[in-house]
Amino acid sequence: MDAIYKKLLDIVGEDYVSNQNEELFTYSKDLGTSDPKWPDYVVAPKTTEEVSRIVKLANEENLAVVPLGGGLSLAGLALPLKGGIELDLKRMDQILELNEQDRYIILEAGASHGKLTAYLEKNTPHLKHSEPGAPPAATIGGNLAIHGQGDLGHPYGFNSDMINGLEVVLPSGEICRFGSCALGNDWYTMHPLPDLNMFMGWSGSTGIITKVSLRLFPCKKIQEQDALVLDDADLVPEVLFKLTHIGMAEDIIVVSQEIPPPFNRLHYILINLAGDTNLELEFKRQLIFDTHLSSYIQEGRAGIGASGQDIQRPVVSKTSDWRKGGGFEYVGAIVPISSYPKCYRHGVEVSGRHHIPYTTLGRVLGTGHSMMFSWTFAFNRADEETVRHAREALHETDKEVLKMGGTLWKPAVFGQKILMDQMDCATLQLMQKVKHMLDPNGIMNPGNWEVS
Amino acid sequence: MELTEEYKYMDVIHRCFRCGYCKFPQDWEDVDNCPSYARYRLESYSNGGRLWLIRAWLRGEIPWSEHLANIVYSCVACKNCEEKCPLSFAGDIVNMVVAARNLMVEQGLVAPPVKQYLEKVQLHGNPWGLGANKRKQWMEDLSVEFYQGQDYLYFVGSEGAYDSRAQKATRALAEILQNAGVSFGVLGSEETDDGNEAELLGEDGLVEVLAEKNISKFNETGVKKIITLSPHAYNALKNIYPRFGGNFEVYHYTQLLAELLKAERFQAPKLDSVKITFHDPCFLGRWNNEYRAPRKVLQALGGTQLIEMGRNRESALCCGGGSANYFMDLLGGSPDSPARIRVRQARETGADILAVACPNCLTMLEDAVKVEGFESELIVKDISEILNEY
Repeated sequence: MDAIYKKLLDIVGEDYVSNQNEELFTYSKDLGTSDPKWPDYVVAPKTTEEVSRIVKLANEENLAVVPLGGGLSLAGLALPLKGGIELDLKRMDQILELNEQDRYIILEAGASHGKLTAYLEKNTPHLKHSEPGAPPAATIGGNLAIHGQGDLGHPYGFNSDMINGLEVVLPSGEICRFGSCALGNDWYTMHPLPDLNMFMGWSGSTGIITKVSLRLFPCKKIQEQDALVLDDADLVPEVLFKLTHIGMAEDIIVVSQEIPPPFNRLHYILINLAGDTNLELEFKRQLIFDTHLSSYIQEGRAGIGASGQDIQRPVVSKTSDWRKGGGFEYVGAIVPISSYPKCYRHGVEVSGRHHIPYTTLGRVLGTGHSMMFSWTFAFNRADEETVRHAREALHETDKEVLKMGGTLWKPAVFGQKILMDQMDCATLQLMQKVKHMLDPNGIMNPGNWEVS
Repeated sequence: MELTEEYKYMDVIHRCFRCGYCKFPQDWEDVDNCPSYARYRLESYSNGGRLWLIRAWLRGEIPWSEHLANIVYSCVACKNCEEKCPLSFAGDIVNMVVAARNLMVEQGLVAPPVKQYLEKVQLHGNPWGLGANKRKQWMEDLSVEFYQGQDYLYFVGSEGAYDSRAQKATRALAEILQNAGVSFGVLGSEETDDGNEAELLGEDGLVEVLAEKNISKFNETGVKKIITLSPHAYNALKNIYPRFGGNFEVYHYTQLLAELLKAERFQAPKLDSVKITFHDPCFLGRWNNEYRAPRKVLQALGGTQLIEMGRNRESALCCGGGSANYFMDLLGGSPDSPARIRVRQARETGADILAVACPNCLTMLEDAVKVEGFESELIVKDISEILNEY
């Protein structure tokens, strides 16, 4: 028996390690356009201690370790670019502690957002977390490792700003805690200790997040979605400025897409509102639509697209079937809201050129401080030509984002490289030093965020 | 002919995105509502992973192996994936797996437990490899008549006839039907395996032989209406047999009992402050959309409280016994085996009885209760047994 396989088996048990072709094939594939990259081993640990032992073994054997959550980044961020051990963290899925009074929950990083949502609905329906637009199988840790955002992005910002504590297995195998929990206290705050959180946005290349304390927020009893429709992209930033001034929405998203036809060339500003009473909800609705946005409607520059609709969990997977082909990938960028018109026009242009129905989406972050803007490119997995077109559209969009002054969010290796090419030298060197200090053997998700 | 040309779903199979919806129940409680993924927790055992592997095998990207066959056969065809998949081809997910099995069977590329199951059914008409004369052993001390023109044929099925635990349910149902004055008869050793599992294992030729044998017997004896003990048999007779010219009125026994109760043809017993939870069998629920009849029967019992498990109806976690896995046990041997997870879910309700309406679920879940050490707290009973014993 392969000696490394035997050691891994001793750590996690025979059911949860494989070096067989079928598992290696499965984990060699990402859902997006990335080429397959084969691991040497697939391992699914159950505990932080098992993760730690695996990482120590990887150091001894000079093997790469690639942590995987839901596998839904679509950008190949959890592909084993240099082989090694693919670490599927989804067995680490326990909800450990709910603290209603102090509004946080501690859970293992492999727990899915769907599981957390269901748990909160059942156990504390007056609290919620910021759920990303990804499928419910997206994991808590994976979402943080890529600086994800969710449906409370407008009032509270990035999901990675909503952490009260972290447990991380460092590239050395040491288990480290951050925030008040590092003092042996409850996991109620990350601040005000000196900032050592060097794990968000690194896609697992500086450590493996194993436990998280997430902030919870009030979940009001009545929730609805309203929509304002515009046909003028240039008007969108102005409307968003007003909406964020009012500050009554929980989530503000602007969608424009070719499919289905009613969305084509129009901009649907989806506004999620919540209230504990109908009176509260009506007050918010009036303030938004009757006071601040009524002039747009009266002047015929905007219309009510929907009112009082139930909020449905987004089903982004459907995008994968637009070309009857099981695939899509998107470029996400963090841009100023004022960039919306340029971003939208680029989406229409690049998609048209690559024969892909255009899909653009912007989510407001903070009080209008920035926006996550995404350009989605569907492809047919069985048609290599459509995959090539999608890949080219992604790369062109990566470059365009930088030209527009935007910042790529969870970029694939191609995007990481062009970002780092443009990055301030001192910043880049600091990144390199941090990475080298934490991971001197370069075993953690190698190929990602590698400063050349 | 290339495998890609022979495979019926080549124009569809690549459309699975592997987004993972298929792992969840309706309320998103956890990713363990796909039995094989719950057991192994590696992506290769999720239905998305399985479809991608099948496509890779068809295209020659990976060779066939026994491990691949085990992954393909570890799907218990419970259809949870079809309930949750948001894409338009959702209704064909299990068909895509079965179509791959068709090709594996054609080429003799199945794993030993599958081969053994199919051979025994082919040679003996049942997966235990027992003689046909033993098929009527369960009725030896009962005054059950053979079918000769009665209103209903009572189709017992292989599990109900041969499995010693399931036989108790078989007998209980026969006695209930007698007590309710239902005119029925059985085929005894003339009955053969219903073929439902052979169909799911991809052995089309065997399905045809089994179906034609049973249909021929039904026609020969003038059968019009059939009651089945097993939801698997119910599915076969109702949905597979019409393909072979067998068109009969088929009822799962809970459907008939619900009607008999409504017509006051018999009285459900009164129990003494008993809490019951019900496990939906996949081939009654997700396969045939029958969730009400068994509950109506249970609700007619006096002195009981029916407590639903969090995952019920469309969200019920399969016991792991479908697609012949009650026999092959490809998902056994772990605390994460679906039957063990399911009995832990049942225990959480505080129920005294875990009621089932399927002989496969009965044996799977009773074994799991023993392994979990819940015998003193939770009894597994078929609905027929509850009605007959109390």
